[in-house]
Amino acid sequence: MKFKILSIAIMIAAAFSMSSFAQTRLTGAGSTFDYPIFSKWFDTYNKMTGTQINYASIGSGGGIQQLTAGTVDFGASDAPLTEEQMNTFKNKRGTDVIHLPIIMGGVAITYNLPSVGQGIKLDGEALADIYLGKITKWNDPRLEKLNPGRNLPNKSILVAHRSEGSGTTFIFTSYLSKVSPEWAKKVGNSISVNWPVGLGAKGTEGVAGIIAQTEGAIGYIELAYAKQNNLPYCVMKNKTGNFIEVNFNTVSEAAAGASKHMPSDLRAVITNADGKDSYPICGFSWIVVPKDIKDYSHAEALVKFLKWAVTKGQADATSLYYAPLPKPVQKLDLEKIAMITSNGKKIK
Amino acid sequence: MNENAELTKEYFEKRKRSTKTSTFIKKLLGNKNPGDFIFERLTLLFAVLVFLLVLFMAWEMYSHSILSIKKFGFHFLVTSVWDPFNEVFGALPIIYGTIVSSVLGLLIAVPLGIGVAVFLSEIAPGWLEKPLSFLTELLAGVPSVIYGLWGIFVLVPWVRDSVEPFLQNSFPNSPFFQGAAYGFGMLAAAIILSIMVLPIISSISRDILKSVPNTQREAAYALGATKWEVTKIVIGNAKSGLLGAIMLGLGRAIGETMAVTMVIGNRPQISASLFDPSYTMASVLANEFTEATSDLYLNALIELALVLFIITILINILARLLVWSTERKWKSNPA
Repeated sequence: MKFKILSIAIMIAAAFSMSSFAQTRLTGAGSTFDYPIFSKWFDTYNKMTGTQINYASIGSGGGIQQLTAGTVDFGASDAPLTEEQMNTFKNKRGTDVIHLPIIMGGVAITYNLPSVGQGIKLDGEALADIYLGKITKWNDPRLEKLNPGRNLPNKSILVAHRSEGSGTTFIFTSYLSKVSPEWAKKVGNSISVNWPVGLGAKGTEGVAGIIAQTEGAIGYIELAYAKQNNLPYCVMKNKTGNFIEVNFNTVSEAAAGASKHMPSDLRAVITNADGKDSYPICGFSWIVVPKDIKDYSHAEALVKFLKWAVTKGQADATSLYYAPLPKPVQKLDLEKIAMITSNGKKIK
Repeated sequence: MNENAELTKEYFEKRKRSTKTSTFIKKLLGNKNPGDFIFERLTLLFAVLVFLLVLFMAWEMYSHSILSIKKFGFHFLVTSVWDPFNEVFGALPIIYGTIVSSVLGLLIAVPLGIGVAVFLSEIAPGWLEKPLSFLTELLAGVPSVIYGLWGIFVLVPWVRDSVEPFLQNSFPNSPFFQGAAYGFGMLAAAIILSIMVLPIISSISRDILKSVPNTQREAAYALGATKWEVTKIVIGNAKSGLLGAIMLGLGRAIGETMAVTMVIGNRPQISASLFDPSYTMASVLANEFTEATSDLYLNALIELALVLFIITILINILARLLVWSTERKWKSNPA
């Protein structure tokens, strides 16, 4: 008798736990650049709708790889897919890939020089030469010329960069390729390059860790990490010649110009943008999804989330030091989202 | 009487038939009983499966790296450029980094480890020996990521601020201690590897030294040997096992991933200076595997994995040969 009651109780408990699995769970993978705002969004969205979204912050390249393999519902990348990757995707999954700009971010050039403080001025050529290994000391005459009266110390510059494939690297090397012909020829613009000098660390967290630990270090990290770790960052000279701090206003300025000339597939790179107040090292971050998603419940949940994220979700951007998408870009996004289908059927 | 005879005839016929089949089965079973037969064949199957698994892994790695093998051939092992953007892959600095960091780690860990083992088995009193053994074995169980985090926040600053300046000032002209002291680099990786390998070497060595029969020690004492001479005899007895322990440690050091990648600087270059950053095969795979989106890149990484696999096997073969040769020497010279 006791055994019967126990077994019935277990079956009822199992049935209840089964029912909780019926809720849609989405999975995504990719950019570490986006991870802070994704965490906030997924948490808010889960409280609002109950949809649970799991995200693996493994780097943009990893996200693209997992999406092409079909193991995740969406990928997140700070670098748009190359033609080759888009063709591979089409061959493997049988449908096109859609790029949706989801947020904008600035790349801060941070450093560790306690005696100097915040706001060292740099321009593109100097930064490229530091990363090429041509400028090796902080009190190099070129840096002193840019920073009169700052008393830069006689310390070696320790260059830090990402060891794995990273969209942040893509934005950074895109900028360096535009301002330094030697960089463009010698190293190039990609999510993973053959760095002439420097230490490699895993993830933005790894680079921030090296900078925080080592005096004289310089590195490129996402603005949010710089602010959260209280790291001083450089003021960069933009295309017009003004020295610009990185914050969400200056990043939006860079996007404002770009949104007028957005290509139809929304794969726009906005480094070294025009505009007197635009910050030169920033970019879109994209969510990439298949155009046709086989599972209708997943497609529906994903479309609902994406519509929320590109409109209402943008309100969370500035508190985490990202720039929200300008309204014209949000409109373009919604038009693209409407094109997502499930087995050929439109999503309601 | 006739019935009896018929029954008896039937009985003997049945017995003859069953004897024929049972002899046949017995011959098939190799004259063992069926339970033993099944047990032996089953365990043989498991052993063969393990061997086949290793062969299968090697075959899979080879077949998935065929693009890279065809494109680079032998140059993969001897060129120094690792450029994912231009798709040129040369693994020499990475192989160098793996071998050098492991050997350096062993150089630090072996004297310490064998020393600990000798202390624990020969010299330590019982009340001290048990807790100390427990603590060394505990070190072996710490996950490698924790060593990595400890490395970044404790070891690297210490190396940068104390060890490297000390080495640079004591040996200013040595090619091993050149360059700026950043903490991250080959030296930090070697130190962290030695800490990770130490518990393996010391706990296995301690077991091996303990297993030397006490009669050896007693005989030596009876002949008037001092404690140190007895210890030397015990170590001589246990040489082959100690070598095995060291090789196990080397195997772990070569494959160590997370702790090393967090402190080694992740830069594929060959440099004599221990202060310079380096790169190991396991670190490359951990860092770049998830983002290798082009086929050639993926093939190159799998070829790197294959090289690591082959190096591990070669080390184990070398260890076996060393162990056999010392055993043979010992057996032929029992004195």
